[in-house]
Amino acid sequence: MEMLNVAHIQKSFGKVEVLKDISFSLEQGQSLAIIGSSGSGKTTLLRCLNFLETPDVGTITVGGEQIFNAEAHAKYSDKDIRKKRLKFGLVFQSFNLFPQYTALENVTLACKLMAKEQKKLNKQELEAIQQKGIELLTQVGLADRMHNYPHQLSGGQQQRVAIARALALEPDILCFDEPTSALDPELTGEVLKVIRSLADRKMTMIIVTHEMAFARDVADQIIFMDGGVIVEQGPAREVIEHPQEERTKQFLARYNENN
Amino acid sequence: MNAMVIIKRLLESSVINLEIFFVTLALGLPLGLIISFGTMSKWAPFSFLLQIKAEDGFMKKILCFIGKFRPIHDITAIFVWIIRGTPLMLQVIIVYYGPGLIWGGEAMGRLEAALVAFVINYACYFSEIFRGGIQSMPVGQKEAGEVLGMTKTQIFFKITLLQMVKRIVPPMGNEFITLVKDTSLARIIANKEIIMMAQEYVSSKALIWPLFSTAVFFLVACGILTILLNVAEKKLDYFRM
Ligand SMILES: Nc1ncnc2c1ncn2[C@@H]1O[C@H](COP(=O)(O)OP(=O)(O)OP(=O)(O)O)[C@@H](O)[C@H]1O
Ligand SMILES: [Mg+2]
Repeated sequence: MEMLNVAHIQKSFGKVEVLKDISFSLEQGQSLAIIGSSGSGKTTLLRCLNFLETPDVGTITVGGEQIFNAEAHAKYSDKDIRKKRLKFGLVFQSFNLFPQYTALENVTLACKLMAKEQKKLNKQELEAIQQKGIELLTQVGLADRMHNYPHQLSGGQQQRVAIARALALEPDILCFDEPTSALDPELTGEVLKVIRSLADRKMTMIIVTHEMAFARDVADQIIFMDGGVIVEQGPAREVIEHPQEERTKQFLARYNENN
Repeated sequence: MNAMVIIKRLLESSVINLEIFFVTLALGLPLGLIISFGTMSKWAPFSFLLQIKAEDGFMKKILCFIGKFRPIHDITAIFVWIIRGTPLMLQVIIVYYGPGLIWGGEAMGRLEAALVAFVINYACYFSEIFRGGIQSMPVGQKEAGEVLGMTKTQIFFKITLLQMVKRIVPPMGNEFITLVKDTSLARIIANKEIIMMAQEYVSSKALIWPLFSTAVFFLVACGILTILLNVAEKKLDYFRM
């Protein structure tokens, strides 16, 4: 089943065209890696999917339901957008955990607020949310750290909490923006392991990454972006091992030189 | 006249210092927050002029200048500059004598005039601290909340507010302590605060010790304040940003 369809997305900042007619789709349970050099528009694309930026042109469809259409955007209310953006989760490069909350509180905060808004934050519900938070932290290997504050955790641990936090709202599609770029090399492994385990559980994911080996081994599909366009896309292993386009070849050659 | 009586008189007059202190905080803090919103205002009613295609040159410069005009920001920023750029003592005098000189009529009460000047002056200092606290908030925090489906109100109250408070407490504390000592400036328009009272003993009875002893009042007030601020900082010490 097609989980995500992105059609003809365009986005400019002032006169700078950052995304030029981006289209792709993603099957349920598959993971998509997005690679490309700095400034090619990868982050902007993820931000568009998560309603942090508004595309100028194009549509976004999730599970058959069109959740964004640039032409109709002016009509969307805040409430609409809040509901729609929950179809996506986003893990930031810089974690962005809430410093005043413990790991567990970070994971459960949004669920609690939502339950409170719907006036069903009774003891039972609270208990269920708490339980789910503990489960998620266990899943990312941090059961023993759930009462620690972010500043008491290593970067890798913080990013794993951020992943658990994003999973708490059960998004249809989980996006990662260079989840290991802010980490010391020895800490990237533990985060990649968690993402890999999500792929094994058939979580639909979009991962912007500079880790080519990881993209090749874990992602099903891959997109290579350059200058705001998709230059090449296809099965991950094929594109990385046998790129067809000249620009992809150059990019991968340069990557291999540097690593 | 024995010492006890003098000390009692001094303490009675210190009520004026305390009143100025608490009124300045109670009114100056909210006013400062409002002023900080003013200096952060991005409202530019003529920004459409920036869209007009004009040839480079004088016309273009004028369009640019008017287009970038942010009335609320500009007016509040100039106001803050004037208030922070002139001595508080002078402002107290101007508030007291100014209206009478300009419009004639009855002057404001001495204490009222001092309060008005203090509130406006300190509100401007507070506003800069609020602005710093608000603007130093990393966007990532807000965006993390948005992506998790939180409303703007939830983001403000559940995420940003406490982080802002933590950032603001130390610089605010400095202002509070300065304010304690500044309250004695009110004597410039003959408010009988503690130092003015003590000075009267110097001139009328040639007694210097009452004046020296006012230091104890300020030291105790600042001491208590320091303890309270330390408690607040300790309370917020459980997290780092
Ligand atoms: N808010 C913005 N305002 C103006 N320009 C922006 C904004 N956000 C991004 N850009 C520009 O858009 C282009 C693409 O940025 P983007 O962050 O999407 O690239 P990226 O592929 O994620 O790069 P990197 O690998 O460095 O993270 C860049 O040239 C950037 O300067
Ligand atoms: Mg990026």
